[in-house]
Amino acid sequence: MAEAAESPGDRGRASPRPLFAGLSDISISQDIPVEGEITIPMRSRIREFDSSTLNESVQNTIMRDLKAVGKKFMHVLYPRKSNTLLRDWDLWGPLILCVTLALMLQRGSADSEKDGGPQFAEVFVIVWFGAVTITLNSKLLGGNISFFQSLCVLGYCILPLTVAMLVCRLVLLAEPGPVNFMVRLFVVIVMFAWSIAASTAFLADSQPPNRKALAVYPVFLFYFVISWMILTFTPQ
Amino acid sequence: MATADELTFHEFEEATNLLVETPDAVTTSRSDQLTPQGHLAVAVGSGSSYGADDEVEEESDKTALLQEKKQQPEFWTFGYYQSFFDVDTSQVLDRIRGSLLPRPGHNFVRHHLRNRPDLYGPFWICATLAFILAVTGNLTLLLAQRRDPSIHYSPQFHKVTVAVITIYCYAWLVPLALWGFLRWRKGVRERMGPYTLLETVCVYGYSLFVFIPTVVLWLIPVPWLQWLFGALALALSAAGLVFTLWPVVREDTRLAAAVLLSVVVLLHALLAMGCKLYFFQLLPPGHLAPLPQATSLSPSMLPPPTLTRSMATF
Repeated sequence: MAEAAESPGDRGRASPRPLFAGLSDISISQDIPVEGEITIPMRSRIREFDSSTLNESVQNTIMRDLKAVGKKFMHVLYPRKSNTLLRDWDLWGPLILCVTLALMLQRGSADSEKDGGPQFAEVFVIVWFGAVTITLNSKLLGGNISFFQSLCVLGYCILPLTVAMLVCRLVLLAEPGPVNFMVRLFVVIVMFAWSIAASTAFLADSQPPNRKALAVYPVFLFYFVISWMILTFTPQ
Repeated sequence: MATADELTFHEFEEATNLLVETPDAVTTSRSDQLTPQGHLAVAVGSGSSYGADDEVEEESDKTALLQEKKQQPEFWTFGYYQSFFDVDTSQVLDRIRGSLLPRPGHNFVRHHLRNRPDLYGPFWICATLAFILAVTGNLTLLLAQRRDPSIHYSPQFHKVTVAVITIYCYAWLVPLALWGFLRWRKGVRERMGPYTLLETVCVYGYSLFVFIPTVVLWLIPVPWLQWLFGALALALSAAGLVFTLWPVVREDTRLAAAVLLSVVVLLHALLAMGCKLYFFQLLPPGHLAPLPQATSLSPSMLPPPTLTRSMATF
Protein backbone atom coordinates (compact mmCIF):
# COMPACT_ATOMS: atom_id res chain seq x y z
CA MET A 1 0.00 0.00 0.00
CA ALA A 2 3.03 2.24 0.33
CA GLU A 3 3.72 2.33 -3.39
CA ALA A 4 1.57 5.33 -3.94
CA ALA A 5 4.59 7.38 -4.79
CA GLU A 6 3.16 8.23 -8.17
CA SER A 7 0.55 10.50 -6.63
CA PRO A 8 -0.36 13.62 -8.56
CA GLY A 9 1.06 15.77 -5.82
CA ASP A 10 4.55 14.36 -6.21
CA ARG A 11 4.64 14.45 -9.94
CA GLY A 12 6.01 17.96 -10.08
CA ARG A 13 8.99 17.14 -7.90
CA ALA A 14 9.93 13.85 -9.52
CA SER A 15 11.91 13.76 -12.77
CA PRO A 16 9.78 14.33 -15.86
CA ARG A 17 8.33 11.04 -17.06
CA PRO A 18 6.28 10.16 -20.08
CA LEU A 19 2.62 10.87 -19.52
CA PHE A 20 0.69 8.20 -17.64
CA ALA A 21 3.80 6.05 -17.40
CA GLY A 22 3.41 4.90 -13.85
CA LEU A 23 -0.34 4.70 -13.97
CA SER A 24 -0.44 0.92 -14.14
CA ASP A 25 1.05 0.35 -10.71
CA ILE A 26 -0.69 3.08 -8.79
CA SER A 27 -2.45 2.06 -5.69
CA ILE A 28 -4.09 4.64 -3.52
CA SER A 29 -3.10 4.52 0.11
CA GLN A 30 -5.12 5.89 2.90
CA ASP A 31 -3.28 9.13 3.45
CA ILE A 32 -3.22 10.44 -0.12
CA PRO A 33 -6.27 12.58 -0.69
CA VAL A 34 -7.94 11.91 -3.99
CA GLU A 35 -10.10 14.71 -5.19
CA GLY A 36 -11.85 15.44 -8.35
CA GLU A 37 -15.19 16.09 -9.82
CA ILE A 38 -17.38 13.51 -11.40
CA THR A 39 -20.17 14.90 -13.48
CA ILE A 40 -23.04 12.76 -14.64
CA PRO A 41 -25.31 14.36 -17.17
CA MET A 42 -28.59 14.47 -15.29
CA ARG A 43 -31.82 15.79 -16.56
CA SER A 44 -32.11 18.29 -13.75
CA ARG A 45 -28.83 19.89 -14.69
CA ILE A 46 -29.92 20.20 -18.26
CA ARG A 47 -33.13 21.73 -17.07
CA GLU A 48 -31.21 24.26 -15.08
CA PHE A 49 -29.57 25.54 -18.20
CA ASP A 50 -32.96 26.27 -19.71
CA SER A 51 -34.91 29.06 -18.21
CA SER A 52 -36.21 28.00 -14.82
CA THR A 53 -39.61 26.42 -14.80
CA LEU A 54 -41.03 29.35 -12.92
CA ASN A 55 -41.39 31.38 -16.10
CA GLU A 56 -43.11 28.86 -18.27
CA SER A 57 -46.81 28.98 -18.91
CA VAL A 58 -49.15 27.02 -16.70
CA GLN A 59 -50.21 24.90 -19.63
CA ASN A 60 -46.64 23.75 -20.12
CA THR A 61 -46.31 22.77 -16.50
CA ILE A 62 -49.55 20.86 -16.43
CA MET A 63 -48.91 19.12 -19.73
CA ARG A 64 -45.43 18.09 -18.66
CA ASP A 65 -46.69 16.56 -15.45
CA LEU A 66 -49.63 14.93 -17.19
CA LYS A 67 -47.31 13.43 -19.76
CA ALA A 68 -45.09 12.05 -17.01
CA VAL A 69 -48.10 10.54 -15.28
CA GLY A 70 -49.39 9.11 -18.54
CA LYS A 71 -46.03 7.61 -19.34
CA LYS A 72 -46.01 5.86 -15.98
CA PHE A 73 -49.53 4.57 -16.57
CA MET A 74 -48.23 2.94 -19.74
CA HIS A 75 -45.39 1.38 -17.82
CA VAL A 76 -47.84 -0.10 -15.34
CA LEU A 77 -50.17 -1.45 -17.99
CA TYR A 78 -47.32 -3.12 -19.84
CA PRO A 79 -44.90 -3.97 -17.05
CA ARG A 80 -41.37 -4.45 -18.19
CA LYS A 81 -38.23 -4.33 -16.18
CA SER A 82 -37.66 -0.62 -16.42
CA ASN A 83 -36.65 1.97 -13.93
CA THR A 84 -38.91 4.78 -15.00
CA LEU A 85 -41.33 4.42 -12.14
CA LEU A 86 -38.53 4.29 -9.65
CA ARG A 87 -36.26 6.95 -11.06
CA ASP A 88 -38.74 9.75 -11.66
CA TRP A 89 -41.25 9.03 -8.98
CA ASP A 90 -44.18 11.30 -8.43
CA LEU A 91 -47.31 11.03 -6.35
CA TRP A 92 -49.75 12.69 -8.74
CA GLY A 93 -50.72 9.43 -10.33
CA PRO A 94 -51.45 7.66 -7.05
CA LEU A 95 -53.49 10.66 -5.87
CA ILE A 96 -55.59 10.75 -9.04
CA LEU A 97 -56.15 7.01 -8.90
CA CYS A 98 -56.98 6.96 -5.21
CA VAL A 99 -59.46 9.83 -5.48
CA THR A 100 -61.12 8.26 -8.52
CA LEU A 101 -61.40 4.91 -6.80
CA ALA A 102 -62.72 6.40 -3.58
CA LEU A 103 -65.30 8.50 -5.42
CA MET A 104 -66.53 5.51 -7.37
CA LEU A 105 -66.63 3.23 -4.36
CA GLN A 106 -68.57 5.62 -2.18
CA ARG A 107 -71.97 4.36 -1.29
CA GLY A 108 -74.43 6.32 -3.28
CA SER A 109 -77.45 6.95 -1.13
CA ALA A 110 -77.39 9.09 1.96
CA ASP A 111 -79.27 6.63 4.12
CA SER A 112 -78.24 6.30 7.72
CA GLU A 113 -77.86 2.57 7.57
CA LYS A 114 -74.66 1.40 9.15
CA ASP A 115 -74.15 -1.35 6.66
CA GLY A 116 -72.83 -0.30 3.37
CA GLY A 117 -69.75 0.15 1.35
CA PRO A 118 -66.74 2.13 2.41
CA GLN A 119 -66.91 5.85 2.77
CA PHE A 120 -64.55 8.07 0.83
CA ALA A 121 -62.37 8.56 3.88
CA GLU A 122 -62.16 4.84 4.55
CA VAL A 123 -60.93 4.07 1.04
CA PHE A 124 -58.47 6.92 1.20
CA VAL A 125 -57.12 5.78 4.56
CA ILE A 126 -56.85 2.17 3.47
CA VAL A 127 -54.98 3.05 0.30
CA TRP A 128 -52.55 5.53 1.74
CA PHE A 129 -51.93 3.97 5.12
CA GLY A 130 -51.74 0.57 3.49
CA ALA A 131 -49.10 1.84 1.07
CA VAL A 132 -47.16 3.53 3.88
CA THR A 133 -47.27 0.39 6.00
CA ILE A 134 -46.05 -1.79 3.16
CA THR A 135 -43.25 0.65 2.43
CA LEU A 136 -42.18 0.74 6.05
CA ASN A 137 -42.34 -3.02 6.17
CA SER A 138 -40.11 -3.42 3.15
CA LYS A 139 -37.65 -0.88 4.48
CA LEU A 140 -37.54 -2.55 7.88
CA LEU A 141 -36.86 -5.88 6.24
CA GLY A 142 -33.79 -4.38 4.67
CA GLY A 143 -34.96 -3.31 1.24
CA ASN A 144 -33.01 -0.61 -0.51
CA ILE A 145 -35.84 1.28 -2.12
CA SER A 146 -36.61 4.77 -1.00
CA PHE A 147 -39.84 5.64 0.79
CA PHE A 148 -41.46 7.70 -1.95
CA GLN A 149 -40.36 5.42 -4.75
CA SER A 150 -42.19 2.60 -3.08
CA LEU A 151 -45.29 4.72 -2.47
CA CYS A 152 -45.18 5.74 -6.13
CA VAL A 153 -45.01 2.16 -7.37
CA LEU A 154 -47.77 0.92 -5.09
CA GLY A 155 -50.00 3.83 -5.99
CA TYR A 156 -49.51 3.51 -9.73
CA CYS A 157 -50.19 -0.22 -9.63
CA ILE A 158 -53.71 0.50 -8.44
CA LEU A 159 -54.43 1.50 -12.05
CA PRO A 160 -55.59 -1.97 -13.19
CA LEU A 161 -57.97 -2.12 -10.24
CA THR A 162 -59.37 1.32 -11.06
CA VAL A 163 -60.00 0.09 -14.60
CA ALA A 164 -61.73 -2.93 -13.06
CA MET A 165 -63.91 -0.60 -11.00
CA LEU A 166 -64.96 1.28 -14.13
CA VAL A 167 -65.78 -1.95 -15.91
CA CYS A 168 -67.73 -3.20 -12.88
CA ARG A 169 -69.81 -0.07 -12.74
CA LEU A 170 -70.62 -0.42 -16.41
CA VAL A 171 -71.52 -4.08 -15.99
CA LEU A 172 -73.73 -3.23 -13.02
CA LEU A 173 -75.87 -1.07 -15.30
CA ALA A 174 -77.09 -4.28 -16.87
CA GLU A 175 -79.56 -6.50 -15.07
CA PRO A 176 -78.28 -8.22 -11.91
CA GLY A 177 -77.83 -11.95 -11.82
CA PRO A 178 -75.25 -14.68 -11.50
CA VAL A 179 -73.81 -13.95 -14.95
CA ASN A 180 -73.35 -10.35 -13.91
CA PHE A 181 -71.50 -11.47 -10.82
CA MET A 182 -69.34 -13.93 -12.73
CA VAL A 183 -68.27 -11.30 -15.21
CA ARG A 184 -67.36 -8.90 -12.44
CA LEU A 185 -65.53 -11.60 -10.53
CA PHE A 186 -63.52 -12.53 -13.59
CA VAL A 187 -62.58 -8.93 -14.37
CA VAL A 188 -61.56 -8.21 -10.79
CA ILE A 189 -59.46 -11.36 -10.54
CA VAL A 190 -57.63 -10.59 -13.78
CA MET A 191 -56.93 -7.01 -12.76
CA PHE A 192 -55.85 -8.12 -9.30
CA ALA A 193 -53.32 -10.49 -10.83
CA TRP A 194 -52.16 -7.71 -13.14
CA SER A 195 -51.62 -5.31 -10.22
CA ILE A 196 -49.64 -7.88 -8.30
CA ALA A 197 -47.51 -8.73 -11.32
CA ALA A 198 -46.83 -5.07 -12.07
CA SER A 199 -45.87 -4.12 -8.54
CA THR A 200 -43.78 -7.23 -8.00
CA ALA A 201 -41.88 -6.52 -11.21
CA PHE A 202 -40.87 -3.17 -9.81
CA LEU A 203 -40.47 -3.95 -6.13
CA ALA A 204 -39.08 -7.44 -5.90
CA ASP A 205 -35.57 -6.58 -6.97
CA SER A 206 -35.03 -4.19 -4.13
CA GLN A 207 -35.38 -6.83 -1.44
CA PRO A 208 -32.75 -9.16 -0.05
CA PRO A 209 -33.21 -12.53 -1.76
CA ASN A 210 -34.21 -14.54 1.29
CA ARG A 211 -36.93 -12.09 2.28
CA LYS A 212 -38.68 -11.49 -1.01
CA ALA A 213 -41.78 -13.42 0.01
CA LEU A 214 -42.00 -11.52 3.29
CA ALA A 215 -42.00 -8.22 1.42
CA VAL A 216 -44.38 -9.27 -1.36
CA TYR A 217 -47.06 -10.83 0.86
CA PRO A 218 -48.32 -7.49 2.28
CA VAL A 219 -48.65 -6.19 -1.28
CA PHE A 220 -50.82 -9.19 -2.05
CA LEU A 221 -52.98 -8.48 1.02
CA PHE A 222 -53.28 -4.80 0.09
CA TYR A 223 -54.52 -5.42 -3.43
CA PHE A 224 -56.74 -8.23 -2.18
CA VAL A 225 -58.55 -5.85 0.16
CA ILE A 226 -58.97 -3.26 -2.60
CA SER A 227 -60.26 -5.95 -4.97
CA TRP A 228 -62.71 -7.08 -2.34
CA MET A 229 -64.02 -3.54 -1.94
CA ILE A 230 -64.48 -3.30 -5.71
CA LEU A 231 -66.17 -6.67 -6.00
CA THR A 232 -68.68 -6.05 -3.24
CA PHE A 233 -69.71 -2.66 -4.53
CA THR A 234 -73.46 -2.59 -4.90
CA PRO A 235 -75.19 0.51 -6.21
CA GLN A 236 -78.14 1.62 -4.16
CA MET B 1 -15.61 -28.42 36.20
CA ALA B 2 -17.21 -30.09 33.17
CA THR B 3 -18.50 -33.51 34.11
CA ALA B 4 -18.89 -36.26 31.58
CA ASP B 5 -22.60 -35.75 31.90
CA GLU B 6 -22.35 -32.16 30.68
CA LEU B 7 -20.09 -33.10 27.78
CA THR B 8 -22.72 -35.25 26.08
CA PHE B 9 -25.08 -33.73 23.58
CA HIS B 10 -28.27 -32.56 25.22
CA GLU B 11 -31.67 -32.30 23.65
CA PHE B 12 -32.83 -28.76 23.60
CA GLU B 13 -35.45 -29.16 26.36
CA GLU B 14 -32.81 -30.42 28.72
CA ALA B 15 -30.71 -27.45 27.83
CA THR B 16 -33.65 -25.32 28.88
CA ASN B 17 -33.74 -27.15 32.19
CA LEU B 18 -30.04 -26.63 32.59
CA LEU B 19 -30.58 -22.95 31.96
CA VAL B 20 -33.23 -22.96 34.65
CA GLU B 21 -30.82 -24.52 37.12
CA THR B 22 -27.96 -22.23 36.26
CA PRO B 23 -29.62 -18.87 35.85
CA ASP B 24 -26.33 -17.08 35.40
CA ALA B 25 -25.85 -18.73 32.03
CA VAL B 26 -28.93 -17.04 30.65
CA THR B 27 -28.78 -16.37 26.98
CA THR B 28 -29.59 -13.22 25.08
CA SER B 29 -32.60 -11.43 26.39
CA ARG B 30 -33.26 -8.01 25.07
CA SER B 31 -34.37 -6.50 28.35
CA ASP B 32 -31.15 -7.57 30.01
CA GLN B 33 -28.87 -5.86 27.60
CA LEU B 34 -28.11 -3.08 30.03
CA THR B 35 -24.87 -4.79 31.04
CA PRO B 36 -23.58 -6.22 27.81
CA GLN B 37 -20.10 -6.61 29.20
CA GLY B 38 -21.28 -8.84 31.99
CA HIS B 39 -23.25 -10.98 29.62
CA LEU B 40 -20.33 -11.28 27.28
CA ALA B 41 -18.11 -12.63 30.01
CA VAL B 42 -20.71 -15.02 31.38
CA ALA B 43 -21.71 -16.39 27.99
CA VAL B 44 -18.13 -17.13 27.04
CA GLY B 45 -17.56 -18.81 30.38
CA SER B 46 -20.55 -21.08 30.09
CA GLY B 47 -19.76 -21.75 26.46
CA SER B 48 -16.43 -23.24 27.32
CA SER B 49 -17.92 -25.71 29.74
CA TYR B 50 -20.13 -27.38 27.12
CA GLY B 51 -18.37 -30.02 25.16
CA ALA B 52 -20.78 -30.86 22.36
CA ASP B 53 -20.01 -29.20 19.08
CA ASP B 54 -23.48 -27.90 18.46
CA GLU B 55 -23.70 -26.21 21.77
CA VAL B 56 -20.28 -24.64 21.48
CA GLU B 57 -21.29 -23.32 18.10
CA GLU B 58 -24.51 -22.06 19.54
CA GLU B 59 -22.76 -20.31 22.37
CA SER B 60 -20.16 -18.80 20.09
CA ASP B 61 -22.94 -17.68 17.79
CA LYS B 62 -24.53 -16.04 20.75
CA THR B 63 -21.32 -14.38 21.81
CA ALA B 64 -20.88 -13.09 18.30
CA LEU B 65 -24.44 -11.85 18.45
CA LEU B 66 -23.80 -10.19 21.78
CA GLN B 67 -20.74 -8.52 20.38
CA GLU B 68 -22.73 -7.23 17.44
CA LYS B 69 -25.54 -6.04 19.63
CA LYS B 70 -23.29 -4.33 22.10
CA GLN B 71 -23.82 -0.99 20.45
CA GLN B 72 -27.59 -1.31 20.53
CA PRO B 73 -29.15 1.50 18.50
CA GLU B 74 -31.26 4.02 20.35
CA PHE B 75 -34.99 3.84 20.11
CA TRP B 76 -35.25 6.92 17.95
CA THR B 77 -33.07 5.52 15.20
CA PHE B 78 -34.39 3.43 12.35
CA GLY B 79 -31.93 0.66 13.07
CA TYR B 80 -33.57 -0.03 16.41
CA TYR B 81 -36.81 -0.99 14.74
CA GLN B 82 -35.01 -2.82 11.98
CA SER B 83 -33.66 -5.21 14.56
CA PHE B 84 -37.23 -6.40 15.15
CA PHE B 85 -37.67 -7.37 11.53
CA ASP B 86 -34.49 -9.36 11.22
CA VAL B 87 -36.11 -12.55 9.97
CA ASP B 88 -35.99 -14.55 6.79
CA THR B 89 -38.87 -16.19 4.99
CA SER B 90 -37.81 -19.63 6.15
CA GLN B 91 -37.68 -18.50 9.76
CA VAL B 92 -41.16 -17.03 9.65
CA LEU B 93 -42.52 -20.20 8.05
CA ASP B 94 -40.79 -22.30 10.68
CA ARG B 95 -42.32 -20.24 13.47
CA ILE B 96 -45.76 -20.54 11.93
CA ARG B 97 -45.33 -24.29 11.70
CA GLY B 98 -44.23 -24.35 15.31
CA SER B 99 -47.35 -22.52 16.40
CA LEU B 100 -49.60 -24.86 14.44
CA LEU B 101 -48.22 -27.97 16.09
CA PRO B 102 -47.63 -27.32 19.76
CA ARG B 103 -45.86 -30.08 21.62
CA PRO B 104 -45.66 -30.39 25.40
CA GLY B 105 -41.89 -30.33 25.59
CA HIS B 106 -41.27 -27.63 23.05
CA ASN B 107 -41.39 -24.17 24.41
CA PHE B 108 -42.21 -21.85 21.50
CA VAL B 109 -40.00 -19.08 22.76
CA ARG B 110 -36.92 -21.14 23.39
CA HIS B 111 -37.30 -23.56 20.54
CA HIS B 112 -38.61 -21.55 17.65
CA LEU B 113 -37.94 -17.96 18.52
CA ARG B 114 -34.55 -18.84 20.00
CA ASN B 115 -34.74 -15.59 21.86
CA ARG B 116 -34.86 -13.57 18.65
CA PRO B 117 -38.43 -12.40 18.52
CA ASP B 118 -39.68 -10.49 15.54
CA LEU B 119 -42.54 -8.11 14.97
CA TYR B 120 -43.22 -9.12 11.37
CA GLY B 121 -45.19 -12.24 12.27
CA PRO B 122 -47.53 -10.75 14.89
CA PHE B 123 -48.26 -7.63 12.85
CA TRP B 124 -49.06 -9.26 9.54
CA ILE B 125 -50.83 -12.27 11.03
CA CYS B 126 -53.13 -9.88 12.91
CA ALA B 127 -53.73 -7.84 9.75
CA THR B 128 -54.48 -10.95 7.72
CA LEU B 129 -56.79 -12.33 10.38
CA ALA B 130 -58.71 -9.07 10.70
CA PHE B 131 -59.26 -8.70 6.97
CA ILE B 132 -60.04 -12.38 6.47
CA LEU B 133 -62.62 -12.17 9.26
CA ALA B 134 -64.36 -9.22 7.62
CA VAL B 135 -64.17 -10.71 4.13
CA THR B 136 -65.42 -14.18 5.03
CA GLY B 137 -68.12 -12.74 7.25
CA ASN B 138 -69.37 -10.73 4.31
CA LEU B 139 -68.99 -13.73 2.02
CA THR B 140 -71.18 -15.75 4.38
CA LEU B 141 -73.86 -13.11 4.06
CA LEU B 142 -73.52 -13.20 0.28
CA LEU B 143 -73.86 -16.98 0.14
CA ALA B 144 -76.82 -16.86 2.51
CA GLN B 145 -78.51 -14.32 0.31
CA ARG B 146 -78.10 -16.59 -2.68
CA ARG B 147 -79.92 -19.32 -0.83
CA ASP B 148 -82.56 -17.08 0.75
CA PRO B 149 -83.32 -13.94 -1.27
CA SER B 150 -85.17 -12.29 1.59
CA ILE B 151 -81.88 -11.50 3.33
CA HIS B 152 -80.57 -8.10 2.39
CA TYR B 153 -76.96 -8.10 1.31
CA SER B 154 -74.71 -5.12 1.98
CA PRO B 155 -70.93 -4.77 1.99
CA GLN B 156 -70.87 -4.10 5.76
CA PHE B 157 -67.63 -2.24 5.61
CA HIS B 158 -67.80 -1.10 9.21
CA LYS B 159 -67.00 -4.66 10.22
CA VAL B 160 -63.50 -4.20 8.85
CA THR B 161 -62.91 -1.43 11.35
CA VAL B 162 -64.29 -3.51 14.19
CA ALA B 163 -62.21 -6.52 13.21
CA VAL B 164 -58.99 -4.56 12.96
CA ILE B 165 -59.47 -2.85 16.29
CA THR B 166 -60.48 -6.04 18.11
CA ILE B 167 -57.70 -8.22 16.80
CA TYR B 168 -54.97 -5.67 17.27
CA CYS B 169 -56.09 -4.72 20.76
CA TYR B 170 -56.25 -8.37 21.77
CA ALA B 171 -52.91 -9.32 20.27
CA TRP B 172 -51.02 -6.37 21.71
CA LEU B 173 -52.75 -5.39 24.96
CA VAL B 174 -53.24 -8.85 26.41
CA PRO B 175 -49.52 -9.73 26.04
CA LEU B 176 -48.73 -6.39 27.65
CA ALA B 177 -50.93 -7.24 30.61
CA LEU B 178 -49.50 -10.74 30.81
CA TRP B 179 -45.95 -9.48 30.68
CA GLY B 180 -46.69 -6.93 33.38
CA PHE B 181 -48.26 -9.57 35.56
CA LEU B 182 -45.33 -11.96 35.10
CA ARG B 183 -42.84 -9.27 35.92
CA TRP B 184 -44.79 -8.40 39.03
CA ARG B 185 -44.74 -12.02 40.09
CA LYS B 186 -41.03 -12.26 39.32
CA GLY B 187 -40.38 -10.90 42.75
CA VAL B 188 -41.95 -14.00 44.22
CA ARG B 189 -39.75 -16.38 42.29
CA GLU B 190 -36.01 -16.10 41.84
CA ARG B 191 -35.60 -18.66 39.13
CA MET B 192 -36.05 -18.34 35.40
CA GLY B 193 -36.92 -14.83 34.36
CA PRO B 194 -40.09 -14.07 32.48
CA TYR B 195 -40.17 -13.48 28.79
CA THR B 196 -39.55 -10.06 27.38
CA LEU B 197 -42.50 -8.06 26.10
CA LEU B 198 -41.53 -8.75 22.52
CA GLU B 199 -41.41 -12.49 23.07
CA THR B 200 -44.85 -12.46 24.67
CA VAL B 201 -46.28 -10.43 21.79
CA CYS B 202 -44.62 -12.85 19.39
CA VAL B 203 -46.14 -15.89 21.09
CA TYR B 204 -49.60 -14.41 21.00
CA GLY B 205 -49.24 -13.23 17.43
CA TYR B 206 -48.11 -16.55 16.07
CA SER B 207 -50.71 -18.41 18.12
CA LEU B 208 -53.43 -16.48 16.28
CA PHE B 209 -52.28 -17.94 12.97
CA VAL B 210 -54.30 -21.12 13.36
CA PHE B 211 -57.49 -19.07 13.25
CA ILE B 212 -56.87 -17.94 9.68
CA PRO B 213 -57.65 -21.28 7.99
CA THR B 214 -60.38 -21.85 10.58
CA VAL B 215 -62.14 -18.64 9.61
CA VAL B 216 -61.98 -19.62 5.96
CA LEU B 217 -63.41 -23.04 6.82
CA TRP B 218 -66.26 -21.32 8.65
CA LEU B 219 -67.69 -20.52 5.22
CA ILE B 220 -69.11 -24.03 5.17
CA PRO B 221 -72.68 -23.46 6.33
CA VAL B 222 -72.92 -26.52 8.59
CA PRO B 223 -73.24 -25.28 12.19
CA TRP B 224 -71.85 -28.27 14.08
CA LEU B 225 -68.88 -28.38 11.71
CA GLN B 226 -68.21 -24.72 12.38
CA TRP B 227 -68.22 -25.26 16.12
CA LEU B 228 -65.97 -28.30 15.67
CA PHE B 229 -63.42 -26.32 13.67
CA GLY B 230 -63.61 -23.52 16.17
CA ALA B 231 -63.00 -25.85 19.09
CA LEU B 232 -60.09 -27.48 17.29
CA ALA B 233 -58.45 -24.17 16.49
CA LEU B 234 -58.99 -22.93 20.02
CA ALA B 235 -57.44 -26.10 21.42
CA LEU B 236 -54.34 -25.81 19.24
CA SER B 237 -53.91 -22.13 19.91
CA ALA B 238 -54.46 -22.30 23.64
CA ALA B 239 -52.23 -25.36 23.90
CA GLY B 240 -49.42 -23.43 22.26
CA LEU B 241 -49.86 -20.61 24.74
CA VAL B 242 -50.07 -22.90 27.76
CA PHE B 243 -47.00 -24.94 26.79
CA THR B 244 -45.04 -21.75 26.33
CA LEU B 245 -46.15 -20.20 29.60
CA TRP B 246 -45.85 -23.35 31.68
CA PRO B 247 -42.09 -23.26 32.35
CA VAL B 248 -42.35 -19.69 33.55
CA VAL B 249 -45.45 -20.15 35.62
CA ARG B 250 -44.74 -23.46 37.30
CA GLU B 251 -42.23 -21.79 39.60
CA ASP B 252 -45.05 -19.81 41.10
CA THR B 253 -47.60 -21.02 43.61
CA ARG B 254 -50.07 -23.53 42.22
CA LEU B 255 -52.99 -21.17 42.69
CA ALA B 256 -51.40 -18.31 40.79
CA ALA B 257 -50.30 -20.65 38.02
CA ALA B 258 -53.73 -22.19 37.64
CA VAL B 259 -55.49 -18.84 37.70
CA LEU B 260 -53.12 -17.32 35.15
CA LEU B 261 -53.35 -20.18 32.70
CA SER B 262 -57.10 -20.41 32.95
CA VAL B 263 -57.47 -16.66 32.41
CA VAL B 264 -55.26 -16.88 29.31
CA VAL B 265 -57.29 -19.75 27.89
CA LEU B 266 -60.55 -18.05 28.79
CA LEU B 267 -59.63 -14.81 27.01
CA HIS B 268 -58.61 -16.77 23.96
CA ALA B 269 -61.89 -18.66 23.98
CA LEU B 270 -63.84 -15.43 24.35
CA LEU B 271 -62.04 -13.94 21.37
CA ALA B 272 -62.79 -16.95 19.21
CA MET B 273 -66.40 -17.08 20.25
CA GLY B 274 -66.92 -13.35 19.91
CA CYS B 275 -65.50 -13.35 16.40
CA LYS B 276 -67.61 -16.32 15.41
CA LEU B 277 -70.82 -14.78 16.70
CA TYR B 278 -70.24 -11.24 15.49
CA PHE B 279 -68.93 -11.84 12.02
CA PHE B 280 -70.81 -14.97 11.06
CA GLN B 281 -74.31 -14.49 12.29
CA LEU B 282 -77.19 -13.78 9.99
CA LEU B 283 -79.71 -12.13 12.25
CA PRO B 284 -81.75 -9.31 10.74
CA PRO B 285 -80.27 -5.87 11.42
CA GLY B 286 -82.67 -5.13 14.26
CA HIS B 287 -81.02 -7.70 16.49
CA LEU B 288 -77.52 -6.58 15.59
CA ALA B 289 -77.53 -3.46 17.72
CA PRO B 290 -76.80 -4.84 21.19
CA LEU B 291 -74.28 -7.45 20.06
CA PRO B 292 -71.60 -5.28 18.40
CA GLN B 293 -71.42 -3.06 21.45
CA ALA B 294 -70.80 -6.04 23.68
CA THR B 295 -68.20 -7.74 21.52
CA SER B 296 -66.32 -4.76 20.27
CA LEU B 297 -65.68 -3.24 23.67
CA SER B 298 -63.79 -5.98 25.42
CA PRO B 299 -64.10 -9.72 25.05
CA SER B 300 -63.97 -10.38 28.76
CA MET B 301 -67.18 -8.50 29.35
CA LEU B 302 -69.33 -10.63 27.05
CA PRO B 303 -72.53 -11.33 29.00
CA PRO B 304 -73.76 -14.93 28.97
CA PRO B 305 -77.42 -14.15 28.04
CA THR B 306 -76.30 -12.79 24.66
CA LEU B 307 -74.46 -16.02 24.11
CA THR B 308 -77.49 -18.20 24.72
CA ARG B 309 -79.75 -15.95 22.65
CA SER B 310 -77.46 -16.08 19.67
CA MET B 311 -76.91 -19.79 20.02
CA ALA B 312 -80.67 -20.29 20.05
CA THR B 313 -80.97 -18.71 16.61
CA PHE B 314 -78.58 -21.22 15.06
